[in-house]
Amino acid sequence: MTGDSIAAPAAAEATATGPGRKRRLSDRTRAERRLAFYLVAPAVIVMIAVTAYPIIDTIILSLQRASLDKPGQNAFIGLDNYGYVFKAHLFWMDLIHTAVITVISVTIEFALGMLLALAMHRVIFLRGLLRSIALVPYAIVAVVAAYAWQYSWSLDDGGWIPRLLGITGDPLSHQFGTYVAIIMTEVWKNTPYMALLLLAGLSLVPDELLEAAKIDGASTWQRFIKITVPLMKPAILVALLFRTLDAFRIFDVIYIFSEGANNTASLSQLSYSTLLERLNLGLGSAVSVVLFLCVGLIAFVFIKGFGAAANPATEAH
Amino acid sequence: MSVKARQRTGWSLAFVVVVVVSLVPVFWLIMLSLKTPESATDGSFIPHHWTLHNYRDIFNQTVFTAALRNSIGIGLISTTLAVLLASSAAYAIARLDFPGKQTILAVALLVTLFPQVSLVGPLYNLWRQIGLFNTWPGLIIPYLTFALPLAIYVLSTFFREIPWELEQAAQIDGATPFQAFTKVIAPLAAPGLATTFIIVFLICWNDFVFAISLTATNAAKTVPAAIAQFPGVSQFTQPIGDIAAAAVVVTIPVMLLVLLFQRRIVAGLTAGAVKG
Repeated sequence: MTGDSIAAPAAAEATATGPGRKRRLSDRTRAERRLAFYLVAPAVIVMIAVTAYPIIDTIILSLQRASLDKPGQNAFIGLDNYGYVFKAHLFWMDLIHTAVITVISVTIEFALGMLLALAMHRVIFLRGLLRSIALVPYAIVAVVAAYAWQYSWSLDDGGWIPRLLGITGDPLSHQFGTYVAIIMTEVWKNTPYMALLLLAGLSLVPDELLEAAKIDGASTWQRFIKITVPLMKPAILVALLFRTLDAFRIFDVIYIFSEGANNTASLSQLSYSTLLERLNLGLGSAVSVVLFLCVGLIAFVFIKGFGAAANPATEAH
Repeated sequence: MSVKARQRTGWSLAFVVVVVVSLVPVFWLIMLSLKTPESATDGSFIPHHWTLHNYRDIFNQTVFTAALRNSIGIGLISTTLAVLLASSAAYAIARLDFPGKQTILAVALLVTLFPQVSLVGPLYNLWRQIGLFNTWPGLIIPYLTFALPLAIYVLSTFFREIPWELEQAAQIDGATPFQAFTKVIAPLAAPGLATTFIIVFLICWNDFVFAISLTATNAAKTVPAAIAQFPGVSQFTQPIGDIAAAAVVVTIPVMLLVLLFQRRIVAGLTAGAVKG
């Protein structure tokens, strides 16, 4: 085996006979590709091993009756688990919870993130300090962020928010209040990341262009909508894609707040509780696969939109 | 002049709002951690009786000290493995021309955004069969699922910015591609490597889904999972002071890293977002 692989390059060189210039080029290309292969292989192999195995196993389990509290009764049941999932009221409710939290928090994050990015872009004094402080929510452990906000919201724990707003009932005892608290935590934690992704796009907008438009009499808002936004469209789409996919898998914040009580459980919660609390591997895996397909669908729609939207932006030049 | 002044006031106001909103919840946690258990729920921002009782309490509990050790150990090992494997791959992606490198980057990106809970079922099942449940490797392996692709992605953007010509110059001077990598490029790449290490470590440090699914005891439970399962005085009360103190302890290293490496972290997080 070893002898083969050492001999192979030499043999390839000997047999490669063509016009001199072209052969030199292809030899170099081939050597470069071979080196690239050796450098990339370990990472790709490990990535496939750690990721592909569980994904494939999830798909296989989702087609089986497999429950840990009934060992030895595993059987292939085709798409029955999926039929059960799609018929379950709980699944649709949790899908709606996830979608509501994702859409509202990403929308707010985008609006605030854009303002924060503009502030980081324009503020000259203490810029480093502003960026450091804005990074704190991003870098903080999600569980810690969730506790910080939970204790701020909870009336029983003496939270400051209900007293500030003059609320008498515990906001975390009903669905609306829990939603608001969860979304606020998400927004607080993720707006800095959104802002950083948008900031990268902002830095691509040439100042001269904005200056010229200003001289031509364009208002601040017109300059923003007609120049800044079109030029940073790719960055906007990347930021929205990243945050949407990340928000859609929300788990830790909801777990800390309510463990999905008050009708706020997400799809990740449903998958987790079916797998590890009800120990129903088959059904839980089906939920996992559906969650995975939703994420794939979101990515697909965004990338299609990304391609379509990126072209007019370059044409506008 | 007055327009300029008004703009200055506007941005200063924005600055103050960002600072207050970013820091208030953290400040609230710190103050909670310094209150006595009896006054923890009094709703006051400033503790009436300052105490370090909660900190002494958590450091006397093996639940917390073991979790801290697990979090640091598992985080460092996962990050080191991921950055080591990723550095050669990212080098190839940034410097060499070969088919499929865009695919590798795209797949890496998608894998980092993969819902982790989708991997939990089979891992839980398999880990219990082969004895990896509730062990360090039992968490390190799943951490690689997001740490490795993230490291590849962030590192390749850093490696792209290294001046190409130096490597060619080294090769002209007789260095092999491997020597050019270790002697010339690696030192230039060190800041990017360090930043990637920090970003990946923060993500491992943050994990919650795998930690509560694949661990059961002090042997491997990490801090986020341990905090969420802190034993209260009774089943119905949460040990608020202990949780707050533990939360502050895990936040301090994160804050220090962010304050010290702010500029690099911003560069690492944003570089990949805009493809030239």
